[in-house]
Amino acid sequence: MIEKDIDEQIKWAKINADVLRSMENPRRAYWITFFICIAMMACAVTAEIYQYNTGMGVTNLNNPHMWDMYIATFVFWIGMSHSGTLLSAILHIIHADWRKPIYRFAEAMTTFSLMTAGFFPMIHLGRVWNLYWVLPYVSDRGHWPNFRSPLVWDAFAISTYLSASMLFLFIGMIPDLAICRDNARGWRRKIYTVLSLGWVGSDRQWRNFRKTYLLMACFLIPLAVSVHSIVSSDFAMSIMPGWHVTSFPPYFVAGALYSGCAAIITLFVMLRYYFRFEEYMTVAIMEKTAKLTFAIAMVWTYLNLIEFASTWYGHDIYAKELLIAKATGPYAWIFWTMLFCGMVVPFALAVEKFRRHMPTMFVVSLLLNLSMYFERWMIVAPTLSMAHDPHQWYIEWPSIVQWAIVFGSFGWFGLLFLVFVKVFPSVSMYEVKEMVFHRRRLVNENAAKEYSRRASDRKGAGGTPELKGA
Amino acid sequence: MSKRYRIKALFSDFEEAFAALSDIRHSKVPGVSIDDVKLNSPIEHPEIEEVLGERPVHIPKLTLAGATFGLVFGFLFLASAQATFLVQPQGGKPVIPLPSNFVLVYEMLIFFGVWTTFFAFLFMSGLFRKRGNLYSEKVSLDQIGVIVEADEAQRDKLKSLFKTHKSLEIREEEIQ
Repeated sequence: MIEKDIDEQIKWAKINADVLRSMENPRRAYWITFFICIAMMACAVTAEIYQYNTGMGVTNLNNPHMWDMYIATFVFWIGMSHSGTLLSAILHIIHADWRKPIYRFAEAMTTFSLMTAGFFPMIHLGRVWNLYWVLPYVSDRGHWPNFRSPLVWDAFAISTYLSASMLFLFIGMIPDLAICRDNARGWRRKIYTVLSLGWVGSDRQWRNFRKTYLLMACFLIPLAVSVHSIVSSDFAMSIMPGWHVTSFPPYFVAGALYSGCAAIITLFVMLRYYFRFEEYMTVAIMEKTAKLTFAIAMVWTYLNLIEFASTWYGHDIYAKELLIAKATGPYAWIFWTMLFCGMVVPFALAVEKFRRHMPTMFVVSLLLNLSMYFERWMIVAPTLSMAHDPHQWYIEWPSIVQWAIVFGSFGWFGLLFLVFVKVFPSVSMYEVKEMVFHRRRLVNENAAKEYSRRASDRKGAGGTPELKGA
Repeated sequence: MSKRYRIKALFSDFEEAFAALSDIRHSKVPGVSIDDVKLNSPIEHPEIEEVLGERPVHIPKLTLAGATFGLVFGFLFLASAQATFLVQPQGGKPVIPLPSNFVLVYEMLIFFGVWTTFFAFLFMSGLFRKRGNLYSEKVSLDQIGVIVEADEAQRDKLKSLFKTHKSLEIREEEIQ
């Protein structure tokens, strides 16, 4: 028997009540996580102040390791941002309605991941105050930024993606903000009144809303692909061994979708527990998310193997030497952990028993993202350690300052996310109502068809129709 | 001159609301046209909206305009910025490199397309208005509202039509 994604008999008033209640009284675990995130952020702020006052030397960033953990983390967070695009935009276009109870927090993840990623180029610069140099403006000498540079492309792409994903998140929330407005009191009511923009659910508003949301989704999908392709260009446009790889853009996009899906599973389990969302974030929806993640994991695995094979059979001796060094050198434990967690662990997602067990899914999703983080590290660091000039070969590990800032970035992301789910509905109420409405109608239609089929069978047999619970 | 009213009926049964709209569409209430009808619904409801007839949405045209502007502006902006390098030696590289500009123009196309869509949605959806006396919070919960503008002569007929279709509540206001 096929398990239902959601109970279609659930009352609409209950949907409103459950989601609105989640914004009022989460479990204690929510507050514990909240304060842990603040503590993590405090670590990062302290480290950044120290780095700012002392200089970049405290990070261990030095020739040839000019890029390191900061850039790996930047790529990681950009990748994470693909969750919302996948779950919301792609599944919206293909009418996969099981996404409806979980897409809101995935969209929020997209926005907050980008906001977190945006910090790293600034931190990495050292001279934070010169960040505006990448913006397209003319300097007092009449010079513009170098538009041929992938770093400038990054600035364009990420700012476009950030603004588009924020608008996508906001537009999708307007009907829910109107529900919040109608049910809230005090300061919350004032905020929701402003943010809901006078939404009354008129047919004109819904018609425009439907079209707008679809158009935004259509823009967001190629945008997401372009953003991570451009991030891959930061590496692939160079001639460094291990970076100058044709398959980098799809490899990056697959990795991004992979880490985004894994993060959705992590947050799915957490929100389900914190807000008692068992009726909305159901096991059936988790199963579908897990299967999707498994499929993407296999794509990522394939692209990894392709990259290894093309390096192995290619004629670039530097790239081949680097590949051997990755598997046998000082970074080998990271390399093999990455491969194990990214290629072997996802097979747990193919086992139904594991897919239906939330704690297992939580651990698996963390391992998958560990693999994705290591993947980014393995892209950035080994190439710099073993570039073309053997005189420059040097292994360098990040200092505690880098660790603290990276650690804190997870706190910052967590904090933004936790504040969001407390202030805004983390489950889309109107979309869940639609899902329930259409499924209920489908059940009734099927029951009516079954009834008429049995009736005609009985008539043929000369009896009277009988149907229980039609 | 007869007074004109705005009458709103709330239904909990969507099929009944659909039937009431069909009756109006088929001129069961003389003098009231389907064009005078508006809906308030808690969910997207394309099936019920079909009864209202074809009502155009102009947002895609504006989106196309915005995206086209992004494309043209993006290219001209980059090309004019790069043209300042005409006075400098380029070492054989093109002054206006098309492959790298393509990436940025693509981003600008999306950037302007997205923002135009957003502003078009804001201005074409009848937002930023007072909700009015007829607004019911139940519409954001689980009821559907049918609003009709009609003359005094049709007021009672409309109300009885709504009652026939089991409306839960009827509200009205005089249009100034």
